[in-house]
Amino acid sequence: MKTLDSAKEKISAGGRLNFSEALALYEDNDILYLAESARRVKESRSGKKIFYTVNRHINLTNVCSANCPLCAYQCRSGDNRAFTLELADLENLLSHFPFPFSLSEIHIVSSLHPDKNFSYYVDAVKLVKKILPHVGINAFTPVEVANFAKISGKNISEVLRELIGAGVTSLAGGGAEILSDRVREIICPKKCSAAEWLEVMRTAHRLGLKSNASMMYGHIETIEERVEHLIKLRDLQDETGGFMAMMLFPFHPENTVLGQKFNLRRVGSWEDLKMLALSRLVLDNFAHFKAFWIMLTLPIAQLALSFGADDLDGTIGEEKIIHAAGAKSSTGITRQTLEKIISECGYQPVERDSFYNEI
Amino acid sequence: MFVRGELEKIEVKVLSGKRLSREDGEKLFSCNELSWLGALADYVRKKICGDRVYYNVNCHVNLTNICRARCKFCAFGRDGDSKGSYAMTIDDAIKLVNEASRDPHLSGLHIVSGLHPTWTFEKYLAFVEILHRKFPALHIKGFTGVEIQHFADISGLSVEEILRKLKAAGLETIAGGGAEILSDRVRNLLCPKKATADQWLNVARTAHKLGIKTNASMLYGHIETLPERVEHLIRLRELQDETGGFQTFICFPFLPKNTALEKEIKQTSMWDDLKTIAISRLMLDNFQNIKAYWVMLTVPVAQVALSFGANDIDGTIHRENILHDAGATSPRALTEDQIIKIIREAGRVPFATGGNT
Repeated sequence: MKTLDSAKEKISAGGRLNFSEALALYEDNDILYLAESARRVKESRSGKKIFYTVNRHINLTNVCSANCPLCAYQCRSGDNRAFTLELADLENLLSHFPFPFSLSEIHIVSSLHPDKNFSYYVDAVKLVKKILPHVGINAFTPVEVANFAKISGKNISEVLRELIGAGVTSLAGGGAEILSDRVREIICPKKCSAAEWLEVMRTAHRLGLKSNASMMYGHIETIEERVEHLIKLRDLQDETGGFMAMMLFPFHPENTVLGQKFNLRRVGSWEDLKMLALSRLVLDNFAHFKAFWIMLTLPIAQLALSFGADDLDGTIGEEKIIHAAGAKSSTGITRQTLEKIISECGYQPVERDSFYNEI
Repeated sequence: MFVRGELEKIEVKVLSGKRLSREDGEKLFSCNELSWLGALADYVRKKICGDRVYYNVNCHVNLTNICRARCKFCAFGRDGDSKGSYAMTIDDAIKLVNEASRDPHLSGLHIVSGLHPTWTFEKYLAFVEILHRKFPALHIKGFTGVEIQHFADISGLSVEEILRKLKAAGLETIAGGGAEILSDRVRNLLCPKKATADQWLNVARTAHKLGIKTNASMLYGHIETLPERVEHLIRLRELQDETGGFQTFICFPFLPKNTALEKEIKQTSMWDDLKTIAISRLMLDNFQNIKAYWVMLTVPVAQVALSFGANDIDGTIHRENILHDAGATSPRALTEDQIIKIIREAGRVPFATGGNT
């Protein structure tokens, strides 16, 4: 109980939570205390503003050499679900976006294609930059960047410089999963290690490339591993200050090998909201927390605004990855819907660009 | 906690166990301090009902969807000759309950139906009698105040006589529906052909006098004003002071799909849903139980509602019809295991009731 008391004292005084205090708050399970505290932190940073962006997701391919047990999206090249956008397909897609000038951000994440070389990805970015020169390009997770280094023989720094040169304006926050090699060995053995993920981010931030961060929870990780994950992110943020927003991804087990093998079910909304509020309290050096409605569904994302989130992400267009794993939300929504959801809670909707500048 | 001014005064009242006034209720509805409201309602919930969360393994029996009332907020009721209309025979009802009885934990039936234009009271009564005889171990909760008033109207019997006959036939408790908003302004616009506010309250009062427990409900999120929601809660609270016969209060957010109001009215937000549950818990200080009805709220929101004042999550249902006609996106049934998991994850203690909540 002593640890819990010191946690609560720190929360009221604005002190930094340590590992055992974070754990004590988790075990205490007082969801509304966490909510109220996380909401106060949010409001002290961004008042009544809730951010959203008008964006599109582009997935270049789903053919993947990593075959992670956690993933329902990837497949092998012969599979009837397999697709790969050639540059001509991409050009066609980009040229037909409705209202291209309302777009602020293109988000590009893909699988690790076994045959495409690094220049394919660079050219894809260049093409986006050429057709939509005004948009921010939030592209590639550290897992993809580490793979680019491997397939091109370049080092991480060279890969990132080339991507920046092509037009990437920030790195995507995915692929962090749980930053523990015990867990990664089971859920994504062929992906980069925890240290490599952090090193890509560190290098990107040094080069002035901002990024997001994430955690995927609700599979085989322990609660201790979740808290360690948060503290690793917090330490790196102390060092570089390069993370813009944190995202929490509840694991969607449907159609995944991992889900089947361990008979996993999607954790409940209780767990989602609790983890959001707790993460907001632990990550005291992160400015923004996304309630990613694709993962949470719109109603819970709305509720997340009362649990420390300050960003509903974007309109998205057509989401593929999480829907492959059975997400029940729609694949895209309108600006009006996002604004309505925000206003209903007494908050003020603010459209942002890729870097949280108000539009 | 973290509020000031008027809200702080309300907080002091709640923490010292004082009753909230109409003005307090209206202030709560106009504030947007959702987690504060939740925490306050959760405090009251802990004090009144502890950490148990009630659920039941039950089966909904909707005898017919043919209905003479045709309320504007309803997607279930139909005319006799329209597509999708049905009227069960006694054999149909027995078959349904037999099917649900494959679950050895089945403990209760929930019987609510349309106001069939040609069925007599005896016909409804026969369903209760026969189901009770065939399944004596099952708790029968049946009929809303609206149906009971309808039975009185068509039979020429008094409400009290109707209730006595139903009780003798095996009915143990009365369902909470049909209260909608207890305001005749609202009822005249939305459901002019069914029991008035006073009639609904009178059925509950009469049942309580006969020792029959009833539930209460509120259908919100349509054309009612926020003061009308508060008025509704206060009318229920006053009757509860008088009789003590209400067991459980249930909030029903209006689902507009396939109803006559579909074009004019959008579905409530989860924000409103949780606020309304929390405020109901705070206003209804003499009610033991507040139910988060997962069919309407969806499972995730119902789970969260457990920390906004709710201590009951309803049941497994077997097969829900009425709200799925109105576009409910939740499943039609849950397994007992699912319900237990939902409750445990919220850090609470699942407790099966005999089907009477």
